[in-house]
Amino acid sequence: MEDSKQTTSKTDRFKSLLDIMKMNISDYFMFFALVVIMIFFTITTDGVFISSRNISNLINQMGYIAVLAVGMTLIIVIRHIELSVGYLAGFLGAFAAIAMTFWGWPVFAVIPAVMVLGMLAGMLTATPVAKLGVPAFVSTMAAGLVYRGALLLVTMGTGTIVIRDPIFNAIGNGFIPDLPFLGGILPGRHKLTLIFGLIAIILYIISAIRGRKTKKSYNFTVTNPGLFIVQLVVISALIGYIAWILSGYNGISWSLVILMLVVLVFQFITTKTPLGRHIYAVGGNPEAAELSGISVSKITYIVFGAMGLLASLSGIMYASRLRSATTTAGLGFETDAIAAAFVGGVSAAGGVGTIIGSIIGALVMMSLTSGMNLMGIDISIQYIVRGLVLVLAVVFDRITRRNR
Amino acid sequence: MEKPILEMKSITKEFPGVKALDDVTFSVRKGEIHCLVGENGAGKSTLMKVLSGVHPYGSYSGDIFVEGELQKFNSIRESENAGIAIIYQELALIPELSVYENIFLGNELTNGIVIDSNESIKQAVEILKKVGLDVNPLTKIKDLGVGKQQLVEIAKALKKEVKILILDEPTAALNETDSDNLLHLIQGLKDQGVTCILISHKLREVLAIADTVTVLRDGKTVVTLDAHKDVVNEPILIKHMVGRSIDNVYPKREKKPFGKETLRLEKWCAYSYALGRDILKEINLNVHAGEIVGIAGLMGSGRTELAKSIFGNPDHFRVSGKVFIDGVEQKFRDPADAIKASLAYVTEDRKGNGLILIDDVRHNITLANLKEITEGGVINENEEILVANQYRTQLGIKTPSIEQKVRNLSGGNQQKVSLGKWLFVHPGVLILDEPTRGIDVGAKYEIYTLMNSLVDQGMSILMISSELPEILGMSDRIYVMSAGRINGEMPAEDATQEAIMELAVDY
Ligand SMILES: Nc1ncnc2c1ncn2[C@@H]1O[C@H](COP(=O)(O)OP(=O)(O)OP(=O)(O)O)[C@@H](O)[C@H]1O
Ligand SMILES: [Mg+2]
Repeated sequence: MEDSKQTTSKTDRFKSLLDIMKMNISDYFMFFALVVIMIFFTITTDGVFISSRNISNLINQMGYIAVLAVGMTLIIVIRHIELSVGYLAGFLGAFAAIAMTFWGWPVFAVIPAVMVLGMLAGMLTATPVAKLGVPAFVSTMAAGLVYRGALLLVTMGTGTIVIRDPIFNAIGNGFIPDLPFLGGILPGRHKLTLIFGLIAIILYIISAIRGRKTKKSYNFTVTNPGLFIVQLVVISALIGYIAWILSGYNGISWSLVILMLVVLVFQFITTKTPLGRHIYAVGGNPEAAELSGISVSKITYIVFGAMGLLASLSGIMYASRLRSATTTAGLGFETDAIAAAFVGGVSAAGGVGTIIGSIIGALVMMSLTSGMNLMGIDISIQYIVRGLVLVLAVVFDRITRRNR
Repeated sequence: MEKPILEMKSITKEFPGVKALDDVTFSVRKGEIHCLVGENGAGKSTLMKVLSGVHPYGSYSGDIFVEGELQKFNSIRESENAGIAIIYQELALIPELSVYENIFLGNELTNGIVIDSNESIKQAVEILKKVGLDVNPLTKIKDLGVGKQQLVEIAKALKKEVKILILDEPTAALNETDSDNLLHLIQGLKDQGVTCILISHKLREVLAIADTVTVLRDGKTVVTLDAHKDVVNEPILIKHMVGRSIDNVYPKREKKPFGKETLRLEKWCAYSYALGRDILKEINLNVHAGEIVGIAGLMGSGRTELAKSIFGNPDHFRVSGKVFIDGVEQKFRDPADAIKASLAYVTEDRKGNGLILIDDVRHNITLANLKEITEGGVINENEEILVANQYRTQLGIKTPSIEQKVRNLSGGNQQKVSLGKWLFVHPGVLILDEPTRGIDVGAKYEIYTLMNSLVDQGMSILMISSELPEILGMSDRIYVMSAGRINGEMPAEDATQEAIMELAVDY
């Protein structure tokens, strides 16, 4: 059977370009929205918003929510929800504090131990879901109550537990060191950050060119050279700009390092590996996935386990940022993570949602908070604005996706 | 010459990358049965969706006249109010609700605020009588067979004053008896003055009941034939549909001696916890390399359950008995094990459990065998594109690109994607469950040819089908199932439709 007719004439080509743009508009919309929001706050705060110091702060504040949003995205992709991660993060932060302060564990033992605990906790919560089909809503809400109780229990005697370990505290407050011998060049800039930015740009360009070459070797059509170069320039400029801003304050923070690692790993898994495909297949149609040889319960365990692991990172980042474990640590984290995931385009019907999308979602929400704080807007109004933005984002996503 | 009750003039409808309808003109006379035929993706369903307001006014170009009046439907409700009722290709009933609740779904009868169940039930009984369905209106839909469900769909459509009834492949999922039933019903409705538009790939039934036949091809009207005046027969219709003639719908294959036994079941039993009864009883069966074995039987005789229970038992029946693959006994814990042992199962319900509808053609085709295109833990997307395009060409999957979401393909093309997905697993034993449901004659012929070449290369095929001609035309050997048992086995040479039906209805 023949293919649909080749579109050749100019108007046709223009039309199909429009079609493609229409198809992808919801994929890029949030990114544009983010840029608009940032420009808006930059103007209303006379440039304070985009200052190196504020952006650096914003990223550090966002870190512990963003890592949760990454895990939450996958949870929602497989049609579940995870309501316990806030308190799990809080409890694990307290656990880390106790292990270091009272038991004298070294920090390099505490961190992996907490991560393993988090993963196990996630998988434990997943068991009734995977094995018996108990709704995740119930299972994770129950687990959340347990962790909350556990957090109160371990902090009961002491109240807030102060953490004194400098390495641990650097996670949420510290920055990567600079190269002292480059002191003379570009004073006031963090040189290593700029070097990393440059390396990132080079790696990106190499991989993009390589990808295009292999595509060509398969005789597939590739984007035309002009467009390709524009794409290279725009993205390189973006990376460069971010590095430039960060280098103006203390450079790359350890929180950002952790966040970037998490994003890289999860982006890689979800887009490049069979495991990623399996996760989206389970979300898209669990029965069909099962019949295709994918174990739905195994995927459920893996995704909840990953979520638990990320909750432990979140807990560590938060405790480190406060340099202490408190009785209310983790309160409402899960809501912020869920909001970030939805603003980032994940669908509750399953099978749809990307890691990058959720990070953009987290950035949008955090920019709103940061920007409104700078403008001195009252917290009451802030809640209302964030609520409205959340619902508008999802409504827009619905509308643009409906006609596909 | 009577005035047409419906005229669709110069209808053009485009989707991104596809011109589904291209200047189609379609005219239906009052009180006739008008059949609409054409290949998969020809645009039949789309034309009817335009007519019924699913694709609202403004999303297509052209005009629709009902009884001479220009209509601009913006929703199904508006077309319903104009007396047009449509029954979709896929059943749209809610399984957990009862028959009467489904009939009045969306139009609940109330006495002010509360649903008036007594009145609803009373009216439901009346409507059910019209379609000749004798069931308790309180029965849940999920407890009815597909044939009866289809009648409930029609009952639902008939609860309002209907002038034009549209049925999109109503008999695709039905066996012969249920189909005949339905066709009778349609003729009865015609006698009551209802105009029917029927889409079907089963040309025999088209020839049996049509007053007029319109053929669509690639979104264009090819011809409209008057069954009472023009010469209308299968070869002519096929020629208009596919653009060439097909002499024998069931292509012959060279007889070769079969190879060794590839699949064998011994005393295979299954018990369903959900139903609380045995669904498969002491099944003994075997298949050889190079052999096509057909399984005939009525809806509900346990054929799909048999296939699934072998294929790693995803429904978690309690099974006993033995499965041998290539002479080695196997105990599959899940479908993954079965796939590893070179089994493949093309489901009968492509939307329910066959495909990931929200994903694209490419990802669906490779899903069950990602490891073949994975290098060092990473999926090679370029290889994937090659693979997907290869099956797209081989099976003639009609889609603007392999990046198209499967949801947007026509029913028959979805079926081909499902088939492609399992061929990519390179199975030794291929279990096909209703492989040509909703597939056009041309594509059927291609699939049969493909099946022949697969067994020629030494594959074994176990084919479940409710279409007796297909069972007779393609199988080397036939098992007939009834109420969870194998009621008989016969070589295809000795089999007749009558012999099979006799065994199928004998519990
Ligand atoms: N919502 C949609 N989005 C994009 N393309 C669509 C959509 N619906 C239908 N199409 C395309 O329009 C064409 C006609 O589809 P249609 O469903 O009308 O075919 P059909 O004649 O009913 O086929 P079948 O016999 O397989 O059911 C196909 O190429 C299909 O892929
Ligand atoms: Mg159709």
